[in-house]
Amino acid sequence: MQGLVVRRLLHMAITLFVVSLVVFFMVRLRGDPISVMAPPTFSEEQVARLREAWGFDKPLLEQYVLFITKAITGDFGQSIQARRPAMELVFERLGNTYLLASAAAILGVVIALPLGILSAVKRNSLIDLISSAFASLGNAMPNFWLGLMLIIIFSVNLRILPAFGALEPAAIIMPAVTLAVGTAARLSRITRSSMLEVLNQDYIRTAYSKGLSDRRVLYQHALRNALIPIVTVFGLQLGWLLGGSVIVESVFSWPGLGRLMIESINVRDITVVQAGLLWFALSFLVINFVIDLLYVYLDPRIHYR
Amino acid sequence: MTVDAKQPLKTTPVITQIGSIHRRRNRFIRFWGALRHSPVGLIGFLIVLSLLLLAVFGGSITPHDPAQNNLRARFMQPGFSNEVGVFLLGTDQLGRDIFSRIIVGSTVSVLVGVVSVIIAGTLGVLLGLVSGFFGGWVDNILMRLADGLLSIPFIILVVAISGVLSAGLGTLILILGLTGWVTYARVIRSEVLKAREMEYVVAAYAIGHRRLSIMFQHILPNVISSGIILAASQVGVAILAESSLSFLGLGVKPPTVTWGLMLADGRQYINSAWWMTTFPGIAITITVLGITFLGDWLRDLLDPKVRGRN
Repeated sequence: MQGLVVRRLLHMAITLFVVSLVVFFMVRLRGDPISVMAPPTFSEEQVARLREAWGFDKPLLEQYVLFITKAITGDFGQSIQARRPAMELVFERLGNTYLLASAAAILGVVIALPLGILSAVKRNSLIDLISSAFASLGNAMPNFWLGLMLIIIFSVNLRILPAFGALEPAAIIMPAVTLAVGTAARLSRITRSSMLEVLNQDYIRTAYSKGLSDRRVLYQHALRNALIPIVTVFGLQLGWLLGGSVIVESVFSWPGLGRLMIESINVRDITVVQAGLLWFALSFLVINFVIDLLYVYLDPRIHYR
Repeated sequence: MTVDAKQPLKTTPVITQIGSIHRRRNRFIRFWGALRHSPVGLIGFLIVLSLLLLAVFGGSITPHDPAQNNLRARFMQPGFSNEVGVFLLGTDQLGRDIFSRIIVGSTVSVLVGVVSVIIAGTLGVLLGLVSGFFGGWVDNILMRLADGLLSIPFIILVVAISGVLSAGLGTLILILGLTGWVTYARVIRSEVLKAREMEYVVAAYAIGHRRLSIMFQHILPNVISSGIILAASQVGVAILAESSLSFLGLGVKPPTVTWGLMLADGRQYINSAWWMTTFPGIAITITVLGITFLGDWLRDLLDPKVRGRN
């Protein structure tokens, strides 16, 4: 267990290093970042002064070392727009994004697990058909469009839910549902196929022949063993939820990290974009680290490898 | 069957030719037969076929000029008609026909979906092949790069890059192509690792084939089907990504017509003109649904191991 933790942490550190390289070079894709940051009205001289002030005239390696040593302490520089530390802006919005993503994750699981289990147990029944239609549609719909449709129905026509902002508790309902549908679609599919596989195993037949109740066989014998692929997909989905937040937050003007990213990209506020990107990556890596540890709990055999 | 060593050599090409025609016909029959027996696959095939036809010929069959402003017919409901004709799905804020614009918008979706997947797929299959076959530091570097790219949610990565580059259509396709290789590389690499240990590969070594020839002639044909299956589903992912980016104002710019841009327009008038947002979204959903159906069917056809699992 300890070995696993150390190995995974090391792996995470290496990955974060790669992410820092990606983030560093990304803002330099068009030459030096000043060409992205400077307003077109700036004169040559002003641009040169700005370049010097930001240290973009130094050699690349030196720039990277400076970037990474500061980034480790959480210092990504000042936001050009807000004139405050970029990390401060990210932290302000972080809570809202996590809140939205967790609400969507919980909603997704609550929809997907029963749906997946039911359609595996009652294979080829009406419920299986409905669940498969839901999964296909949920996968194919652009989530921002689903959000717009919900706004048309519940805000414009029925006038029962707020269309934007985060001022009242009810405001989270539509963005959370919008985000959750895609996750629920994918999770219900994997639940179904994983359950189907397990239900064919000998030990399930044994459990039934021992005279155990359906409920006990399903939840204690089948679901527990079907859980590993479900947890894997769930972990990937959490990353997907963080990504989806960028678009869904923009649709509903939800004041989270995703919307901050879009706002910052639109005004070329690269320090905030860099801080946000690294934070998204870190969140994703921590989630997967936890999932890896969960495997050990779910399948004791992994322990011995 | 015994081999007649004295048989004149020049007959062999003819025989191979007949054989290959026969095989090609067989493959076509098998393909069509499999399609006929799968309703979902058939629906997917028909959707994708009509999408391709629309993307290529759509411009010449639209009922109205998709760029024609008509300020006296702004925000008209679906089914509205005047002296110019019927506007089946209504008009937008400039009085342009939404139905015609949806038809024309299919071109961008198909272009982005197909080209970006070809770029990402080719790159990913090659890198996955190299990574799995050679192992060592090449594998290490490529896979760590893949880990890094995968840990930033795809859409955020693409959003950020297109923000920096202020993408147009061409740049957008390139960005989707050059960031999308990771998934293919991962899948192909794991398949190569399995294939590398197979007896036919050992046998190929034993009879003195060179490493490059083993990699491309023996391993690649055996792992490529996973790449094709993945590519089929990634077309839908690319189309959704393009529409999201255009919707956010970070993708294709007007006056090019895309479904994502139409949705961005529709959002401005969401309180009064529901049809502006509803129909382009339905077009995207049907498109991605059709591609998914066709992809699932293709997976069942190419990979009998997973048949019936979903």
